[in-house]
Amino acid sequence: MRSDKDRLLSFALVSPSILAIAIFVYGFIGWSARVSLSTWQGLLPDYTWAGLKNYLELFQDRRFQIDIRNTVVFTVLFLVACLVIGLILAVLLDQRLRGEDLFRGIYLFPMSVSFIVTGVAWRWLMNPATGARTSGLNLLFERLGLDFLVNSWHTTTPPWGIAFIVIPAVWQMSGFTMALYLAGLRGIPEEIQEAATVDGASGLQIFRHISLPMLKPVTLSAVIILGHISLKVFDLIVAISGKDIRLDVPSIYMWTTTFDANNFARGAAIGIIMLLSVTILVVPYLNYSMRSEAEV
Amino acid sequence: MKRSVWFSLCLVLALMLSACGGAATPAPAEPVSAPAEPEEMAQEVEVFSWWTAGGEADGLAAMIDVFAETDPDITFNNAAIAGGAGTNARAVLATRLSAGEPPDSWQGHAGQELIGTYVAAGQIQPLNDLYEQNGWLDVMPETLIPLISDGGNIYSVPVNIHRANVMWYNPAVLSANGVAVPTSWEEFFAAADTLQGAGVTPLAMGEQWTSMHLFETVLLGTLGVDGYNALWDGTGDWASPEVAAAIEGFGKALAYTNSDASTLSWDQAAQLVADGDAAFTIMGDWAEGFFKSLELTPMEGFGWAPAPGSTGVFQFLSDSFVLPEGVPHPEAATAWLTVAGSKEGQEAFNPIKGSICARTDCDRTLFDEYLQSAMNDWSSNTVVGSLTHGVVANDNWKSQIDTALGLYLADGDGAALQSALVEACSAAGPCS
Repeated sequence: MRSDKDRLLSFALVSPSILAIAIFVYGFIGWSARVSLSTWQGLLPDYTWAGLKNYLELFQDRRFQIDIRNTVVFTVLFLVACLVIGLILAVLLDQRLRGEDLFRGIYLFPMSVSFIVTGVAWRWLMNPATGARTSGLNLLFERLGLDFLVNSWHTTTPPWGIAFIVIPAVWQMSGFTMALYLAGLRGIPEEIQEAATVDGASGLQIFRHISLPMLKPVTLSAVIILGHISLKVFDLIVAISGKDIRLDVPSIYMWTTTFDANNFARGAAIGIIMLLSVTILVVPYLNYSMRSEAEV
Repeated sequence: MKRSVWFSLCLVLALMLSACGGAATPAPAEPVSAPAEPEEMAQEVEVFSWWTAGGEADGLAAMIDVFAETDPDITFNNAAIAGGAGTNARAVLATRLSAGEPPDSWQGHAGQELIGTYVAAGQIQPLNDLYEQNGWLDVMPETLIPLISDGGNIYSVPVNIHRANVMWYNPAVLSANGVAVPTSWEEFFAAADTLQGAGVTPLAMGEQWTSMHLFETVLLGTLGVDGYNALWDGTGDWASPEVAAAIEGFGKALAYTNSDASTLSWDQAAQLVADGDAAFTIMGDWAEGFFKSLELTPMEGFGWAPAPGSTGVFQFLSDSFVLPEGVPHPEAATAWLTVAGSKEGQEAFNPIKGSICARTDCDRTLFDEYLQSAMNDWSSNTVVGSLTHGVVANDNWKSQIDTALGLYLADGDGAALQSALVEACSAAGPCS
């Protein structure tokens, strides 16, 4: 009886946010899906049924193919770099060294900056100008005699230009990955490591056979969080290179199609494709976390 | 305990209701009634624009002062919305229009950007009567009118005129290298070779939209007025060898640009010319305001000429005002449009904004040296419209051309660019 009442109360307390999410998230997802199946171009809504026409056109669109290629290159490099650098930093910090708090702060700070700010700063650093106008990192490399490092950054021939956008993104997010891993490392019971030491395992063996396997859930969370950031990346690229098609990604194409060209149907189709791509990433995670919650 | 539970429940419900109420019924800012008898109407005019900063906002304020003198009993409601070069303002405008609550007038680029969006949606009224009453047809260039009309109806009142086909140059750099100001693209390429040999970047360019700006001037310079106009009204052939030649010329011009073009804004590109790092840049005449802000002397610190191959042609863009269908205050809106098209209104706005009047009879002494030369050309040249700035192509078509040009910048495939242009014209333009 008592618990029924509690349940009712808790439901009543969360119902406003359930309602708001139902309307403003799922309602609008549904609406976008409907628009993506219409012929809406121009100012006024036009819900004439067009079937999958917008989607089919998109997959034949050269620009959208570049978008997909760029997203894949960006996501893979971004994930790998963040995970590797984050893990290394976490392991180093986990050695109980002096000034750990300071280093933790330094590595985490970039995350407190917005992607727009990061983008503007790195736009200056990664300046591809040559000759007398050389500046930023190129100038630094030149002065240090490291001429072989001088390059044209994100204006490099496609598809590798987008790879340079990964640098600021990793600069910003690897500290966050480090924090996740550090928490994970600290969560490993010391008894297990001690037991392994008693059994004669080396430090490397402990890391390889105890720490890494136990960090799996952390890696999964990190992949989800970083992955959905990279699939939706927009501000960083716009801040660095404007709307240059060589560095185009679906979110930028969605923006120009919808708001510059008033092609709402096709813009909605791009949005839905982005949603699906994130879903593919998130659903296995939800599955996993629900299963492990059920086990507890 | 129990009471506090009920209290919190009520609180939650109240929050929920207020949240829903706020979302579901946007309170009308002002009562929107069907246009009633003129004497019953509130004497007010709400004008929507994205002129919120700098010379534009000051120019608008000066024009509002003129309006206050000519129509003292009408309150002017300045509904300007800042941000995103008009993107934010247009989003708000679209919301209001789809709710059936238009402002009394709004700003838009004259030509197909307005026509393709608002005329196509049946949102604005033709203004032919207003033009005849005020005799505007006699004081505006004859070749301008078709470019701001659709099916014989004129749809907006241009307030200011900017020129797109201007080639800015550094006179000192040209004379140091013995280069004369080129008047055709052949001359330009010859000059560019000399300059490049001397270690000067021949042509400064900025981010992607400035390459579209370059492309439209190359199209104009290669095809001439008739060929250029035909591309936009559907009678021309985008697959023609002339367009192929223009694409080739565009590609050639790109080869003379700075390597970091994609990372520069238009004014940073103009800075290269001002500093002598580059010799030329092709940009609209708002660049003059930038050069003046660097305190450069006209024809010494910076010079100008029509873009190669377009002498005697004025490729224009213009901000203009419209009369909506279902306008809340028709008389006040007409009074505003009358001021916007008047000599007094345009003379108040343009010297401050740094543009010239759409009328050809403005007082020359109000304008500086460059603007005076632009005024001469405006009243004597053939007028054609700009692509990048919304005159000749609707938003969707323009966006498809932008994509095609962006792909060309990435892969340099001219044949693919041409076929994409052909496709864009039939998908979003008048070709079929």
